[in-house]
Amino acid sequence: MTVVICRCEDLTEDDIVEAIEKGYDELETLKRHLRMGMGPCQGKSCIPLAERILCRETGKSPDDIREPTSRPPNKPVPFALLASEEVDDHE
Amino acid sequence: MSEEAGVVIIGAGVNGLGTAYHLGKMGYDDVVVLDKSYICSGASGRNGGGIRQQWTSEENIKLALESRKMFEKLNEELEQDLEFYQGGYLVLAFDEDESKDFKKNVKLQNSLGVESQYLTPEEAKEIVPELNISDVVAATFNQTDGTIYPFKVVNGYANRVREMGIDIRDHTEVLDIVTEGDEIKKVKTEAGDIKTDTVVNAAGGWSSQIAEMAGAEIPNKPVRHEIMVTEPYKRFLEPMVISFKHGIYFSQSEHGNVVGGMGNPDEEVGVNQTGSLWFMKNFSKTLIDFIPRFSGVNMIRQWAGLYDTTPDAQPILGTVPEVERFYQINGFSGHGFMVSPVVDKVTAELILGKEPSMDIDRLSVDRFEADDFEAEGAVVG
Repeated sequence: MTVVICRCEDLTEDDIVEAIEKGYDELETLKRHLRMGMGPCQGKSCIPLAERILCRETGKSPDDIREPTSRPPNKPVPFALLASEEVDDHE
Repeated sequence: MSEEAGVVIIGAGVNGLGTAYHLGKMGYDDVVVLDKSYICSGASGRNGGGIRQQWTSEENIKLALESRKMFEKLNEELEQDLEFYQGGYLVLAFDEDESKDFKKNVKLQNSLGVESQYLTPEEAKEIVPELNISDVVAATFNQTDGTIYPFKVVNGYANRVREMGIDIRDHTEVLDIVTEGDEIKKVKTEAGDIKTDTVVNAAGGWSSQIAEMAGAEIPNKPVRHEIMVTEPYKRFLEPMVISFKHGIYFSQSEHGNVVGGMGNPDEEVGVNQTGSLWFMKNFSKTLIDFIPRFSGVNMIRQWAGLYDTTPDAQPILGTVPEVERFYQINGFSGHGFMVSPVVDKVTAELILGKEPSMDIDRLSVDRFEADDFEAEGAVVG
C-alpha cells in the first residue's frame, strides 16, 4: 500500500524511510533533501507524519526529535496583498 | 577521552564540506568536519543558489569564472542532478552612473574571459518579456551564469565525503581552539577534545568568533539578509534578474519556484536569522514594480541567513599571521556558494602543501593590515 505523506511534493512513506536510511535522520535535513514541508501547505500535514516515521525508524522518542523552524507566512499570500498599505512594516 | 585528527574543519556548509571533499579526492582522509547545528544549517542552506561571474574585482571574476566551469562538471562528480540551470544573469542599471560602470565592468569581465554583454533596455526585455523597463537605463547579461539547488550540492559533498571515510559530526559545537605559541594543539568541542595542528575556519557568519578562539583577528561581520520563495510555476523566467540599486535579486528554480531576496540598507550587524515584515512588504513592492504580473503570485515561505561581510566584500583565504596552519575560508560577503568550487580546491592544496592551482595571495587577511585592497562593487541583496 502506498501512503502519501507530503501532498505538495508528492512524497510517500517509502520515500521518507529511504531518506532516513541514507542518513537524513532529522526533520531539518529530511526537509532539505526531499523538499518535504516546503510546499504551499508549509508542512502542516507532512511534518507531524514524518516525525512519527522518524521515531519509528530511529527508535527516538518524540521529545528527542528536533522541531524544524516555522517560516512565515502561515499560508500562501499574494504579493499584491503583502505590498499593500494593509501591511504595517514598522514592527 | 582524547582523539587525533590531521585536519579539523569547522563548519559543515558548502565550503567546509567542499574542502573536505577536495582533501579526500587528493587522497587525504584524516579529517573531521564539525558543525554546531545540522549540515547546511547556515548560509549554504539559506541562499538563492545564484552562480554569477559578472563581478567588478579581478579576484572575484577569476574565482567565479573557474568555479562556474567546475559547477558544470559537478553533476557528474557527485553523481546526481544538482539542478544547475544556466539561464544567465540579467543585471539592470537604473541611472547613468550605473550604466557607465556597467560598460567598464563588461570590459574587465571580457578581458578575463567572461562573455558578458552590455544591453539596451529593449534587449533586456527580449530576455524577460514581462520586465517593466520604464526606469531601466541599460543592462548586462551573461548566459553561462545561472542557479543551482544548494542543498543538493552540500548533501552531495556530504555523501561523497562520508564514502571517503571522512567523519562529519553535526550538532557538535566547538568551544575553544587551544594554542601554544603560534601552534594549534587541539580543538575543544562539547563532545570532547580533538588533538590537531590544522584547523579550517569555514564557519560563515560565526567565523570571527571561531578566529577569536584561536587568538587570531579577522574583520568579518555577520549581517542578516532575507529571502523568500513562491509556489512553483511552469518556467516563465529564464535568467536571474538583479539590481544593485534596489538590492533585489530573483530567479526561477528548476523546480518552478521563484526564489528572491532583497537587502535592507538599515540592517544592523549581528547574528539574526529571523524574518521580518519589512522584508515581506518591501520585497513584494519592488518585485511587482519589476514584473507587474507577480501581483497575483503567492509567496509561500520567507527566511533569513547571514552574509559574512568583509571591508572589501571579498573572501578571506589562506593562513593568518598569529597562528600557523589556521586556514581561513570565510568572509564571502554573500557570494560564498558561487565561488566555492575553486576556493575549496585551493584551500585543500594549501593544507597539503601542494602548488595552488590559482594564486590567492591577494585574498589573505594581510591585505587589511597593509591597507591594500579595493572594494568589490557588485554585491546584491
